[in-house]
Amino acid sequence: MRRLNWLRSTAASAVLAAAALGGLGGGEAAAQGKQLTLCWAAWDPANALVELGKDFTKQSGIEMKYEFVPWTSYADRFLNELNSHGKLCDLIIGDSQWIGGAAENKWYVKLNDFFAKEKISMDDFVPATVVGYSQWPKGSPNYWALPAMADAVGWTYRKDWFSRPEIQSAFKAKYGRDLAPPKTYDELKQVAEFFQGREIDGKKVYGAYIFTERGSEGITMGVTNVLYNYGFSYDNPKKPYQMQGVVNSADAAKGLEFYKELYKCCTAPGMTNAYMQEGLDAFKSGQVAMQMNWFAFFPGLYKDPNVGGDKIGFFVNPAGPNGHFTQLGGQGISVVATSERKDDALTYIKWFAQPAVQQKWWQLGGYSALKAVVDAPDFPKSAAFAPQFLESMGIVKDFWAEPSYAQLLLDMQKRVHDYVVADKGTSQQALDLLVKDWTKVFKEQGKQVASQ
Amino acid sequence: MTTITQPDDAAISGMGAAARARTTRRVRGLSDRTIAWLFVAPTIALLLAINIFPLVWMIRLSFTSLNLSMSYLPLRFVGLDNFTDILGDEDVWLRLQTTAQFVISSVALQVIIGFGLALLINRQFRGHSFWTTIILLPMMLSPAVVGNFWTLLLQPQIGPFNYLISLFTGVPPSSFSMTGQVALAPWTIVLVDTWMWAPYVMLICLAGLRSIPDYIYEAAEVDRASAWRQFWSITLPMTVPFLMLAVLFRAIENFKMFDMVNLLTSGGPGSTTELVSITLKRAAFEKWRTGYSSALAIILFVTVFGAANIYVKALNKVKQR
Repeated sequence: MRRLNWLRSTAASAVLAAAALGGLGGGEAAAQGKQLTLCWAAWDPANALVELGKDFTKQSGIEMKYEFVPWTSYADRFLNELNSHGKLCDLIIGDSQWIGGAAENKWYVKLNDFFAKEKISMDDFVPATVVGYSQWPKGSPNYWALPAMADAVGWTYRKDWFSRPEIQSAFKAKYGRDLAPPKTYDELKQVAEFFQGREIDGKKVYGAYIFTERGSEGITMGVTNVLYNYGFSYDNPKKPYQMQGVVNSADAAKGLEFYKELYKCCTAPGMTNAYMQEGLDAFKSGQVAMQMNWFAFFPGLYKDPNVGGDKIGFFVNPAGPNGHFTQLGGQGISVVATSERKDDALTYIKWFAQPAVQQKWWQLGGYSALKAVVDAPDFPKSAAFAPQFLESMGIVKDFWAEPSYAQLLLDMQKRVHDYVVADKGTSQQALDLLVKDWTKVFKEQGKQVASQ
Repeated sequence: MTTITQPDDAAISGMGAAARARTTRRVRGLSDRTIAWLFVAPTIALLLAINIFPLVWMIRLSFTSLNLSMSYLPLRFVGLDNFTDILGDEDVWLRLQTTAQFVISSVALQVIIGFGLALLINRQFRGHSFWTTIILLPMMLSPAVVGNFWTLLLQPQIGPFNYLISLFTGVPPSSFSMTGQVALAPWTIVLVDTWMWAPYVMLICLAGLRSIPDYIYEAAEVDRASAWRQFWSITLPMTVPFLMLAVLFRAIENFKMFDMVNLLTSGGPGSTTELVSITLKRAAFEKWRTGYSSALAIILFVTVFGAANIYVKALNKVKQR
């Protein structure tokens, strides 16, 4: 009997202990509340998103945690995470070129049903951003992301230098025209040559800053701005994946030559491996007259006490002899398929898609892709760079978004850097080799590649 | 107090061998062999899990078409295609050539400088320990720190290195870029690697120099051998095994060099400083060509393993002399 009592009391204690532990666990969970992890690059707009996210937490009670990685390792880090079916990210703001791979590999949740249920229409967003960030296959009504951060390559210039009478008259005397933000690449080269090595306020300055980075995507994201405008295309629009004579056309080769000339004549010494940050540093330190960079950085530059405000001006990527385009940047926001909090992640996307939230996103320094924001009559006056941003978003082109984009990108990085920075071969040879590389990649992917 | 009772020797000696063995087993519970296996088993399991299994898996993958960025495609057995692709790829041969140039130049410089420093440090002088510590400092730094630190030092506009060169040569400091010019970049990575690892070679050489008995030098003095003769006939021959060991260690390390070079030049300008380890990393973790990169890794492993084996045999011959 005593043994039975002992057993009973032991069992009761165990049950109580288990209940207490369970209660503690439940209490902790309740105290911690729900949490979502959002993955993106570490840059200025990410800070704006953190600020914006506070409203979401206030409204939904869901805490936001952020995983921001520098651009140079952003693709490596997060593609590795997605590839290995990791659970780090619930939401990811993935680069536009990832969309093909993410859709085919089922890394992202397909959002069509969710959009239909929540009455989120892709017609409400800037068309280029829907195609660039959300659709796969391109042009089909299959959506894998909500356009989150519209972006493109643009240019900044030293408005204060451009407006100095002595500089203006020297320019006019040399080139017979007024000094103004360039509209064509020939004009840009003239202006860059004019400023190269010039002494301003006792300091030697340089003409232009352009992307030359070798390791990730830098030089490709720079050179395409010129190539598009000289007649380069990724493939024949009538024959998909037919690249011979399109990628390596004589016009495209001239465009590549131009980029090299610009690099040789008019950049600061040592800019052999430079991307976004080096450009910002060069501009902020008063070293260059003009800077190629992503619109995403322009709000920060405009606020800069040394070179911002009245001292800075903005212009759209100049036109070339065969067209007027600019490189698309930016990203869409997606729900990661392996997330255990997909419903909460969708709640975030629903909240983020609201016009009021998108309006605040733009005000805080993010770039909305919602038509209600960017097509509003007062939008062009809402920021000094808003008109250029709007114009740029109408002329964007993007790199391949195929699942094999990383191979295609690294091949282009190599061929272009070899020619532009390392002086290897001719522009025609560089593009011929690029066609050879890309053909091999597509064939491995099982695509039919027509030679002519 | 614990009392340990031993089996009576006399009793045991009276037993047959089989009975003795049975008794031993009973006493210990497990045989010596089993106990030995129990001790080694965790290590073997760990080795199998983290070394052998991945190696076998990698060999398997090297015969497939696996590309992790397109894992939805069916996995195909491609036989030796990956290997023939690599061996027939002109770019891979160029990368191997760049790697060989880097290994040979950097190891040669490190051996010369390291041996020279060891000869200096081997002499007893005031502040000897302090200078030894100072010389050893670079090799204590992480390669990532070294890469970033030298990137700043070599910056053409603000880096002190260019100013130093300008001071001696009169060439304007911002007129050249050590990491950005095709002619200079390969030497820059050799320079930085030598700065970092010559002290390591010095340490090995110092051990060699200190192992030479004094009486040999005393005998040479008696024979009125000059310092130069002593160096060629005693110091150098007796340090050669140590030098060869340093060459082996540094050559293996430099063959797989990645971090420092990646930070300094990212393999650029163009592909001028793209060592084969950078090519491998790009193929495996940027292009996600898993099958191809597994094959490349095997080729590199076999190359290093083969070369190291030949070298070790040569080293043993030198030691036996």
